[in-house]
Amino acid sequence: MKDSLWSIFSKGILDENPIFRLALSLCPALAVTTSTLNALGMGLSVMFVITMNNLVVSLTRKVVNPTVRVPVYIMSIATIVTVVELVLEAFFPVVFQALGIYIALVVVFAIILARAEVFASKNGVVRSVLDGLGMGTGFLFAMLLIGVIREIFGSGTILGFPVFGAWYNPPLIIILAPGGFLLIGLLIGFFNIVAKAKKAKGANA
Amino acid sequence: MEYILLFLGAAVVNNFVLTRFLGLCIFFGVSKNFNASVSMGMAVISVMTMSSMIAWVISNGILVPLQLTFLNTIVFVIVIATFVQLLEMFIKKFVPTLYGVWGIYLLLVATNCIVLAVPLINADKHYDFFTSTVNALGSSSGFALALILMSSLREKLQYAKVPKTLEGLGVSFVLAGLLALSFQGFGGMIPLE
Repeated sequence: MKDSLWSIFSKGILDENPIFRLALSLCPALAVTTSTLNALGMGLSVMFVITMNNLVVSLTRKVVNPTVRVPVYIMSIATIVTVVELVLEAFFPVVFQALGIYIALVVVFAIILARAEVFASKNGVVRSVLDGLGMGTGFLFAMLLIGVIREIFGSGTILGFPVFGAWYNPPLIIILAPGGFLLIGLLIGFFNIVAKAKKAKGANA
Repeated sequence: MEYILLFLGAAVVNNFVLTRFLGLCIFFGVSKNFNASVSMGMAVISVMTMSSMIAWVISNGILVPLQLTFLNTIVFVIVIATFVQLLEMFIKKFVPTLYGVWGIYLLLVATNCIVLAVPLINADKHYDFFTSTVNALGSSSGFALALILMSSLREKLQYAKVPKTLEGLGVSFVLAGLLALSFQGFGGMIPLE
């Protein structure tokens, strides 16, 4: 029996969240989440790349010889990423500057290759696009969560607007590397609790 | 002197894992085991140094003269993946003992962000050939250092009592945070250009 379309979309958001549950693509989760805007830019870019790549892989799945599939996937991802890179550079230079090298490194994100291999190469176009959108949403959600927390407590602002009064003296450590690691560690713990609670609820029902 | 500074800057001050967040998948995946970390560190140092040399030659020999530098990402990915595949075949054929130790790690390295990041940084900064190589060597040594430190810490962690919800990845992140905190002490000594 096949999963319903809704469950294909929604599983990426909580149950198989790329960052908190699968622990894939951790580098951007730390590197560009120092502010909400950067997290949003990165999240949307990855969402686009993963959806488009799932679409391409799904369309070509009957043509591509299985022995060369991984190089083909990598080529497809690299092309889409280059497109994203050029578009960002042309229309959103501020975001492009902030994301820097990490936008090019989307090419080697494990999550994108993993979805192509595990899902899009075996499923039809509609289901693959939904899977990409779901995983992308999960990624975006995780990025935004980390970005918002780090910006509020690390700089005392949200999207550049101050949220606390002048009395708030933001601890720089949250913006720096160690704060990122600590925060993600605690969030992973939190999502473990959520998953457990959800499972217990499912068992009772 | 300039090269020594570059090496130390890339290896310790601006450590790849702990201040620039690259290669985290390998960092958390492999650091469970000390011996595996040492082999992985060696594999990363050799692959990264060699692939950055090849990428430099291709970038400055072909892409820059033809003004195709916007293709950097695509070309580097393909070149590195192909190179690692060839290296794997070569080692399997001629140095089978080494292959036993390294084999699986080589392929993991191929699609890793650190190996791609260094050629991109080199191209971005227009480093000459020798500077690029020193930069790659320094960055990869820094990665190996962080990986080996982390795996030693995690082996000790096995004897610690960890709250149930943080077991596994959660507590590893907290540990990495503390390690990053200590590396923060080097911050700013040699600025990232």
